[in-house]
Parts: sequence; structure tokens; C-alpha cells
Amino acid sequence: MAATATGIHHRSYSSELRLRATKAEYFRLGLMVVVLLVVPFVLDNYWLSIANTILIAVIGAVGLNILVGYTGQISLGQGGFLAVGAYTSVIISDRMGLPVPVAIALAVLMTAAVGTFFGLPGLRLKGLYLAIATLASQQIIEFVIRRWEWLTEGQGFIDVERLEVAGFRVERTMFEQQWYWILLACAVLTVVTARNLFRTGLGRSFMAVRDQDIAAEAIGVNLARAKLTAFAVSSGFVGLAGALTAHYTEIVTWERFTLDVSILYLAMIIVGGLGSIAGAVYGAIFMTLLPVLIREAATGIRDVAPFLASQLPAVQNAVFGLTIIVFLIVEPRGLDRIWQRIKDYVRFWPFRY
Amino acid sequence: MSTFINLTVYGLADGAILALAALGFVLIYKATSVINFAQGEFLLVGAYMFYTAFVVLQLPLALAVVFGVVVATLIGVLVERLILRPMVGENPISIIMVTIGLSIFLRSVVQMFYGTRPQAQPPVLPTGSVNVLGATIPVNRIFVLLIAAVVLTAFTVFFRRSRHAVDQNIAAFGLLVFPVVILGGLDSVPGTIVGGLTIGLLKQFTSGYLDPGLATVIPYVVLVLILLVRPYGIFGETRIERV
Repeated sequence: MAATATGIHHRSYSSELRLRATKAEYFRLGLMVVVLLVVPFVLDNYWLSIANTILIAVIGAVGLNILVGYTGQISLGQGGFLAVGAYTSVIISDRMGLPVPVAIALAVLMTAAVGTFFGLPGLRLKGLYLAIATLASQQIIEFVIRRWEWLTEGQGFIDVERLEVAGFRVERTMFEQQWYWILLACAVLTVVTARNLFRTGLGRSFMAVRDQDIAAEAIGVNLARAKLTAFAVSSGFVGLAGALTAHYTEIVTWERFTLDVSILYLAMIIVGGLGSIAGAVYGAIFMTLLPVLIREAATGIRDVAPFLASQLPAVQNAVFGLTIIVFLIVEPRGLDRIWQRIKDYVRFWPFRY
Repeated sequence: MSTFINLTVYGLADGAILALAALGFVLIYKATSVINFAQGEFLLVGAYMFYTAFVVLQLPLALAVVFGVVVATLIGVLVERLILRPMVGENPISIIMVTIGLSIFLRSVVQMFYGTRPQAQPPVLPTGSVNVLGATIPVNRIFVLLIAAVVLTAFTVFFRRSRHAVDQNIAAFGLLVFPVVILGGLDSVPGTIVGGLTIGLLKQFTSGYLDPGLATVIPYVVLVLILLVRPYGIFGETRIERV
């Protein structure tokens, strides 16, 4: 089965460097741009808020996929890293009075530093043991943000001021629309950066570590550096997602950053496709929409099956768990692989291969 | 002095339950090299089946216990055949996530049928308390200790004598079993017992002498330290590749 397009001949270096080569790819890109530009004018506020949640999830999932999917270092500490980004950004912007973009940039750096620190066990541990070590980092960060009273000034949560950058203030009436453009810009930037990262030597060294760490070391990859950089880069993106969550939702509490969040993000990249930037995007969309669509469906058939509507949270969770299991058994390479197969099918039609 | 004895007994009882829970992990890990994150949910299913048999259906105690064990075992067999078997040879990320998915699924299904409210259950172990050197100790804690001691000894002997492994799902204390199994060594039954008792005592002493909140996080601090210093645990097989 062909997984990539064949018959593309590059005649110059610049054409080889392009991310997209065929007309079909450019057409799909154009289609996507049109959809993204039209979305805020078509959707109402409720669906636009879901779109915004998806955009934040995209940033977090791409960040996690850099670490888990591309470098092969499993992390259960996503929730904790999101928390570091959120708390850092809010404390710097609201309490110290620095501009929000500066606060977010500092939050990204801070999360990268914390991520690198908790990545240190990764130098000696692999697979299961690393998973348990990152689980410990999640528990420790969660404990710190719950118990450190200075963070929330004893309230247990922080109220975040409405976003204001250089005189521009998000208005209440246009809240979701304006946030959509901000988050879209951040998400596009994240996706393009991550996509290009894996065309550089650094990105390729990450993949070498994932595929065979001893072989990677043998061909000259500095393993300690590659692993810690992967933790830093990944946590940086996750910190960005955390900081944006804080400013967008305008409240920061520890309940948003539990182990469940770590599992949700891992589910996103598994359902989307490990080791694929596009996969992280598909996964973020899929896993954010899943509970919403179940709720819509359950309220839609309330009269036929009242059981579903009354047990909604349990049903949502059961479907969530089942989705993870089914994807891992049926298509471990996720939605990205399914999409590739559909493209192959169309290209070869009416032949089977 | 009486505080100390009190904390020690509570710690040992907690530790015994933890060791039992961790034992389930270690057994499965030894047999299949899969860490089963759904362990706690098997406990949940077993407990609710027991509750259904004992309280709802009014069956005798022994029959209810058998019923709970049989149902949990059946589910364990099904899970192994349908979910874990096809995953053999996959990377650890997928295997960990499939058991996490399973745990979420089982928990929600139990919640759908029984709700989230705790169900009352008549006490099975004798109630009351005894005085030891001035410390008041509930009798059921001592019973828990005795039962755990018997089961743990039985399993240690079993693993000494047999090369087969059984898919056994015993009680779980949620995530706390991880510090226990890492401390003792993932593939060591005696290590699990020592690890369980150590973590149980550590938790009780921390919450008794320092701060109850700190007790929830102290096992994880121990976990990180152990992983940094001796990743294969106190009794585990030293088989870590270093890169």
C-alpha cells in the first residue's frame, strides 16, 4: 500500500523544501484556509467556544506528540505542565503587571524549564518506568498548586483579568470571535513550527532516539541532549496551551490540571496518530468534539432513551474509554493513517492497489 | 507512645492492603509484562458484585464472596483474551493507554448501574476495639492484617513453587500502588510486601506527626528518589539497560 504520493519529481532544492508538492495538496490547503476564515462568521457563540477549546487542545496535543509520538518518551505529566504555564502566566501578568504577551513568553520558558527538570529521570528510564516517573511529577505538581497558598493568595483559585494587549481589549460582545483569531494564530504558528522542527537535524535526532536509542547514540546523537531538548520543546508548547487556557477561561484552578487531563491529551495523540503533527490536530478535534456530540445526541433522543441523558457523564466516559481501546486495537496509527488510506483509495480507484 | 502504636498499627493495616493491591500488579507484570492500570477497577467490579450478591440478593456471605471473585476473574480472562492479547509486542505507550482506557470504561459502566453514591453495607469483620499499651485499636484493622498476612504468605510460597502465573486481581488502592511496586521492585513478591508496609507506615507517620496533606504526596517523592537511585527497586531484578 502506498502511504505517500509517488511520481513527484523535484527539479530544484526549493521545490524539495516545500511542505506541499501536488495540486491536490494545495487545493486541500486552500479549502482548509477558507473554512478556518469562515468559521467565526457562521458559528454561534456556543460552537465558537468549542472551536476555541479545540484550538487550545491542538497546541497542547502537538506539544505532547513531540515528546511521546516523535521522541518516544511517554509522559503522564501533561496536566502538571499545563498548570505551570497557566499559573506562571497569570501571576506574571496580573500580579506583577507585565504585559500579557511577555507573561505568556515567560510562562513558556518556565514550563520548558520545569519540563526539563522532570525529564531528568528520562535519562535513565524508559517506557513503563518513565511513565511512572512522570506520573509522580504530575502528582507532585498537583500537590504544589493545591497547597501553595501564595499562588492563589489563599483563595484556591485565581480570577484572571480580561485580556488586554497594548490598548486592545477583548470586548464582551465579541469575546469568542476575537479569541478565535488569537488562538487560531497561536495554533497555526505551533503547527507550522512543529512541522518544520522535524525537518531539522534536531527533530530527526528525536526520531532516531525513538526508533532505537542505542543506534542513535552510535551514529552520533547526543542522547542526553536530545531527550532533554525534547522535554523542553514539548513542555514549552504545553506551557503556551496552559497560559492561553488561563487567559481565555479567565479563571485558574487546580481542578483543570489533574491526571485526567494528562490522559485526555494522551488519548488525543493516540486517536489522532502517534508521531504525526496532523494526527495531533485530528485527535484534538475528535476528542474535544466527542463528549459534545454525545451530549447533543443524548438530548436529541431523550424521549426514546431517557437512560442516556440521565447518565450522561458516565456514558461520555464509557465512550471515551472505549474509543481509546478500539483505536489501539483496530488502528494504532490513528486517524492520520485512516485519512492516508482514504486518499490512497481515491487515488487508485478503480484499482485496489 | 500510644500515638506511635496507633499509627504503627494503622500503617501496617494500610500497608497490608496496599501490598495486596500491589501484588495483583506484580503478578500480572511477572506473567505478561503488562502493567494493568485497570487493577483498581477490577476491585470495584469485585466489590460491587459482592454487594449485589450479599445485600441486594441476600445470598450467604461465603457464596457472595465466591460470586464477586468469579465475576472479577471472568472479566479478567475476557480482558486478557480480547484486549491485552492483541497488544502483545506493541510499544509500552499503547499498552499503558489500553489499560487506562479499560479502567475508565469499567468505572463508567459501574457508575451507570450503581451511581456515584456509596452503598451501605453491613459490617462483615467484627467491630469493636482492643487496648494495646494504652492505644485503642479497632479489631477489624487487626483482621485485615491477619487476612493480608495469610494471602501474602500463600502467594510467596506459590511463586516459589510454581512457574505458572495466574491472572489474579486483588484489591487496589488506585495509583498508590505505583510507589509500592517501584520501591519493592516490579517483579518481586517479597519486595511488594516490604514496599507496601513501608509506604503504609510512611503515610501514617507523615500524616500523624507532620501534616495529613503531605501524606498524599510523600509516597511519590519516595518514588522519584528510588527511580533516580535504584530504578529496579530494592528486590527487583537488575535488568535496566543504560543508554
